[in-house]
This record gives sequence, structure tokens and C-alpha cells, in this order.
Amino acid sequence: MIRFVVRRLLQMCVVVLVLSMLVFAWLRSLPGGPVSAILGERQTPERRAALEAALGLDQPIPVQYLRFLERAVQGNFGVSTKVLPGEDAFQVFLDRLPATIELSFFAMVLAIALGIPLGYVAARRRGSITDTGAVIFSLVGVAVPVFFTAFLLKYFFAVEWNLLPVSGRQSTGLDATRITGMFVLDGVLTREWDASWDALKHLILPALALATIPFAVIFRITRAAVLDVLDEDYVRTAEAKGLTAKVIRSRHVLRNAMLPVVTTIGLQIGGLLAGAVLTETVFSFRGVGDALATAFRDKDYPVLQVLILAAAVIYVLVNLLVDIAYAIIDPRIRTR
Amino acid sequence: MFDPFYATDGETFRVTRQIFEGLVGIEPGTAEIVPELATEWTPNDDGTEWTFTLRDDVKFQDGTDFNADAVCANFERMFDQNEAGQTAGEYWGYVMGSFKNDAENSLYQGCEATGDYEATISISGPTSGFPTMLSLASLSMQSPTAMEEGDANGIAAEGEGFSFPDYADNPVGTGPFTFGDYDEANGTITLERNDDYYGEKAGVSELVFRVIPDESTRRQELEAGSINGYDLPNPVDWQGLEDDGNSVEIRDAFNILYLGFNLDGANSQLKDPQVRQALYHALNRDQLVQTQLPEGATVATQFMPDTVSGYNTSLEPYAYDPDEAKRLLAEAGAEGMELTFAYPTEVSRPYMPDPEKIYEALRTDLEAVGIKVNVKTASWNGGYLDNVTAGRYDAYILGWTGDYDSPYNFIGTFFGNLKENDFGTKGMPWGKQLADDLKSADAVVDEDERAAAFEEINQQIMENYLPGLPISHSPPALVVGPGVDGVVPSPLTAEEFDSVTVDSGQ
Repeated sequence: MIRFVVRRLLQMCVVVLVLSMLVFAWLRSLPGGPVSAILGERQTPERRAALEAALGLDQPIPVQYLRFLERAVQGNFGVSTKVLPGEDAFQVFLDRLPATIELSFFAMVLAIALGIPLGYVAARRRGSITDTGAVIFSLVGVAVPVFFTAFLLKYFFAVEWNLLPVSGRQSTGLDATRITGMFVLDGVLTREWDASWDALKHLILPALALATIPFAVIFRITRAAVLDVLDEDYVRTAEAKGLTAKVIRSRHVLRNAMLPVVTTIGLQIGGLLAGAVLTETVFSFRGVGDALATAFRDKDYPVLQVLILAAAVIYVLVNLLVDIAYAIIDPRIRTR
Repeated sequence: MFDPFYATDGETFRVTRQIFEGLVGIEPGTAEIVPELATEWTPNDDGTEWTFTLRDDVKFQDGTDFNADAVCANFERMFDQNEAGQTAGEYWGYVMGSFKNDAENSLYQGCEATGDYEATISISGPTSGFPTMLSLASLSMQSPTAMEEGDANGIAAEGEGFSFPDYADNPVGTGPFTFGDYDEANGTITLERNDDYYGEKAGVSELVFRVIPDESTRRQELEAGSINGYDLPNPVDWQGLEDDGNSVEIRDAFNILYLGFNLDGANSQLKDPQVRQALYHALNRDQLVQTQLPEGATVATQFMPDTVSGYNTSLEPYAYDPDEAKRLLAEAGAEGMELTFAYPTEVSRPYMPDPEKIYEALRTDLEAVGIKVNVKTASWNGGYLDNVTAGRYDAYILGWTGDYDSPYNFIGTFFGNLKENDFGTKGMPWGKQLADDLKSADAVVDEDERAAAFEEINQQIMENYLPGLPISHSPPALVVGPGVDGVVPSPLTAEEFDSVTVDSGQ
């Protein structure tokens, strides 16, 4: 088992190394760059050259990459040029991460809390108005782009009806203690209920927008899985034995239908970051997605590199954990 | 990073301007300089030594004295920068030419405390920009004690960026607000009223800036009442915002949008002045300004707005005359000429709210006189500026917002550097003449004579050289909600918020 994990970790290092090369070369192959973003209209060839030399951008790309690598193994990923000038790029990622975790968590809770029960009900009442309505709703949820959903939610709930805040993570002037950087949790930990409630209000709309697609997917998978299970002999047997609906639902149908749903939830978590870029931008919700969008627009290379590599490392790690779990369940995998 | 010396963007200056003051300030609502930390200044006869009389009742926010020694400490600090500091200290390099290690090419030559409250600054030669350039936010006066304690000059290049010393996050000036804190998680910067300020105290006890990149979100936040105002409302929203009880404050235009030509590029037809003249007559700028630009925008007759000294009032805009354009093209043998014409995407600037629409209008006019237009686009930071600088387009739209009230800050920026300018004037027979004329006009000591010299140059540019076509001046706006009073819109977008009051009962 240990050998298996070590081998996989080594593989992961190679993957990340290759990826870092690709990201590095890709960014520098794009037109424009940080120098344009910094100088704007004031750029002349002379001023560009001076700034490029100061930032080491005049060196051949392989040389630049080796320098990056040399610093990176020492834990230094460079400093941000535009997102938060002067701040360590990795620190920018760490600063922004809690917001994205909080947002993704709430979005996922919403998607699961709505998707599974609705999927179950729709399957049990196949062909009814409830079922048809829910199916159409979920189709729309998948089809409509996240930024449009976000825009509509914002327009009605925040602007027209003034029920929830328009953007941001916390009301201006609210002086709250920060511990984890996840504001709702921080409010709970410090028993500053006002701060927690304020942060929660700021979370509702972005979380709803971000939850639309995972909700639709979870709903449809649940519905399909439940329908499959309902056709199984053991459900019919259970019904024939006269078991109560509650027992059939919890012991037989849901439990058996949950396997594909859980797998789907896992996959959806991976897709959340892509949705977060758009949602965070629309709601000025200062998380990793918002930083990624800003860094890309302003060609903040160090921050872009850190964010893309961090996303890759997280993805590879999650895969590794899944594989380890499989290996524990099925010993044959280890020897392959 | 709130040390204005190393800042390069308007968003940072918006904040630092409330904390810091310069030797000279700007009269609110205009681009004219007025006394600020210096009460008066006089040059010697040849304009190379300027003696500043300082206010004697000013303290920095850390309680230390503002005096002549502090002034010289500031100038010496700005002058004496390490390599990283020289690159980051953009504005100093831009207005002063160079730093201490290259002192002979520097406009700044030294500072001497000639009294407790009198400082003399020497410069290498007279220029229209001095002392006006001292109103730049980057050249503000900072507390020498705080700079020393916070190692203000300890900037270093690190990877592709600069790391800044502690001082950059704890800046100390003399202004009506002191730095409170920067909250990265919320994107807010909080300033507090400086109760020891020598002048009239600020009207609000706390001033909070919030970073909201998206324009429509800014508008929605104002409508929801969670902010009191925001910058650069979209011109199409102006009326709606006013109808909702907000007030849209329109700044005087201190910018120029122009059509630039690369005269030294692949398209040799552009070298023919008759062809360029034809292009000017082909463009219906009146209609462009009326349909694509905000209320108050005007058609430009030269490469600077009329508020700048040296503006030539006798110049008329080139008449829109497509027939004349066709005739000139035919005469020059350039019928059906091809033009690689570019505009930037993913950007809106004060002088061009929507580049694509402006481009479309220009393209339609050019095609109407038989020119074949090959469109090129790139995003602002994703290659557009690089390509313009590298001369990859025949024609392009670009603009400029003035840094301070000086004709050289406009036309000098465009044509003063013969070797390197976007217009490629080095390939033209008159390019050197124009650059030389600009430099000698800039060095005239007498203000009236200097203005006359620049007026003459403006006439030359528009009547004989035609390096590009000035299109328009657009007034950028800012909007404040009900109950907010005292915002004075500044053509330099250099609003000061100490005069602002907020009636929260509204």
C-alpha cells in the first residue's frame, strides 16, 4: 500500500512539473503581458524595455522558467504585479481560498439539499406535473449560463426587491473578527451572530447562482437512479410484503440509488471552480475565481501560475485520494 | 501598496490623494495649480532655480514637522532610488528623466533648505512642466521619519514583480485623512479623518473606498444604497441615474481620443500628406461625437483640450467632405487603398467608452470613400498596446488623459521623442523639426511666449504635418447618491473628498 501511494505521489510530481512548464510557456506565448498592464498609454519601447529588464521578462523563456523553478522549490512563487501588487503570489491564493471554499460549500449544500429530494419526488411521481415541471426546470438550469442566472438573481433579489446585498462578502463598516477567512464560520466561532448573518446574506445569491448547474445534474441523476431502483424486484417484493413507504424509501430505494449520485457529486465539486470564476466576478465576491479573472485580464503571471498550478494539484490530489479509497476496497488495483 | 511614489494607476492615486499633499495643489474643478504646502514659488531669471515658501503650520500625521528639511528629504529620497525603485518610480522617471546614478540627464538637480520654511529646488533647464508637475500625486510630500522607520526605499524586484517595504502599507502624509486599513477579503480601504489637519477638517469621519470592478454592479450598489457614489458611470446610464435622484457630476474633458497613423510602417501610401488629408475629410467626426460619445463631448481640432495653455483657438476642425476625400485619393493615386486598422477590446477608457462602436463608425466612413479596411483587434493588455508601440498597425485608435496642465504633457508625449513614438514620425522629413520645436517651446521661460510657441506648433501639426487625426474630447463623469454634497468634479479625476458631506437621513 505504501509503495502504491509513494509511486502515485511521484507520478503526481511529474504531472505538476510538466504542467508548470506548459502553463509557463502558454502564458508567455499569449500576446500582451504585465508590462502593458502596468504602463498603459504611457508605454514606449524604451520604457517597456526598462520594465521588462527589471522584471526579467527580457530573458529567454527557458531561462525564465529555470529561475521560476529554482525559486518555486524554495516556496517562492514571486510577487503579484497587478492583483495585489507586492504581495506574495502564493499568499494571494491563500488569502482568496477561504471565500471560494465557503461559496462552493454553500452552493454544494444547496444543490444536494434541493437536488436529491426533488429527484426522488419526481421519480416517485413519474409523468406527473411535478415531475415534468422539475425536469424542465433542471434542463433550463443546465442550459442557462451561470452569469445570466447570477445577473437575474441579483437584479430581482438585490436591486428590485432590496432583500439581499448586491455584491461583496460583508457589509462595509461591519467590524468582524476574522479567524478562518470563512466569514459565516468565523461569526459562529466568535459568537458574533450579526457578522455571521451578514456574511450569510452575502452568500445566498452567489451560492444559488453557482448551485444551479450542480443542482440540475444531481436532480437528474437522482431521478434516473431512483427510477432504475423502483423497477427492481426487491422493491416490488418489499411493497408486496406490506412494508411502509418510509421503510421502502430509506432502506431500499434511496440507499441503492445513492451510489451514482455520490459519484456525480464528486465530479461536480471539480467543476465548481469554473463556475466560481463567473459567479465571483458578477458578485464582486473576492475569492480565487475573481482573482483568476483579474489576473488573466491584467496578465499577472505569478498569480496566474500559482492559481492554475494550485487547481491542478488539488485535482490530482483528489484523484489520488479516490484511487487510494478504491485500492483499499479492491486490493487487485494495488498490484496493477 | 499605498506609497504614491511607486504607484502608477489612478485607482491608487484616488486613495493617496486624500492622505497626501504636494508643494503645489490643483484648484478644485480645474487643472490649474494653486498653493498647497508651498504658499508661493519664484524662479530665478533663467528658470533653473525655484524657491518655495512653505506653510509654517503643518505637521505630518505622525506628529513630525513639515519644513524645508522635510521637503529636501523627500526630493532626495525620490531622486536616489535603487534599480527596482527606478523602474517602479514611474512618474519620477517620466517627468524628471532620470535618477541620481544618471544625474546629468535628470531635470532635478538638487534641493537646499534656504530657511526653516524655504526650500530651493534646482533644475537643469526651464520647462513648461515645472513646477506644475509637483502637483502629481506621485511627488507628494511624505513624512521623512515614517519613511525611514518603514524603510520606504526598500523595494526589491522579486520574480516578475516588486516587493514593497512596510512603509508602503503605512503611509504618512499631511492631508485631511489618515490611512486606516486595507481589507483584502472585502476589497475595502478605510481612511480616517485627520483631526489635527491644519486646514478645514474633513466633512466625514471615515472614508471607505470599495473595489467593484464591474460597472453595472457599481450602479446596482448605488441603487441599493450601500455605497454613496462611484466613478465612471456608463454614459448611457447618466439620465437614468439622475432620474433616480442621484447626481451625475460631469468633469471637464482633459483628454483626447485620436486616430493614429504609423507613418514609418509598411503602408507607404500613408507617407503621402495628401492621402492623410483625404482620410481626415472622409471621417464624419461630428456624427461620431453625437452618437457614440457622452453629452458634452466635442470634436477636436488639435491634439490637446482647450483647457491647456498653448491651445490654438484659431484652428478649425477638418470638414467632413467625402467627395473631397475621393478627389484627393484619386489625385494621389491611392484609390481603393488598403488600411490595416485596429481597435482595442475589453476596455473602456475615459476618452472612449466603447472602442468597438467608435471603430465601426470610422470604418464605415473610410469604406464609403473606397478604402479597403482590414480590421485588427486585440485586448488592451493582451497585445493591443504592444502592437501599437511596435508599429504593427497602419492606423489605430488611442487616446490620452493629461497628467497635469502642460502642453508638453500632451503633444510632447506624442511627438517629442523622435526615435520612439507611436506615430512613427522619425520616418518623416519633418519629424526631427517637430521634436526640436517641441523641446525649444517647452524651455521658454515666459509663460505667454511659451503658450504662443505651442500654439504655433499646434498649427504646424494640423496644417502641415498631419501625423494623425485628433477625434474628440470626452467628459468623464462620476455619480453620487442623494444626500452627498460637496463633490467637486476634477478634469484630472483628482477629486478631493475632504469637502464632501453625507446626510445619512436622506
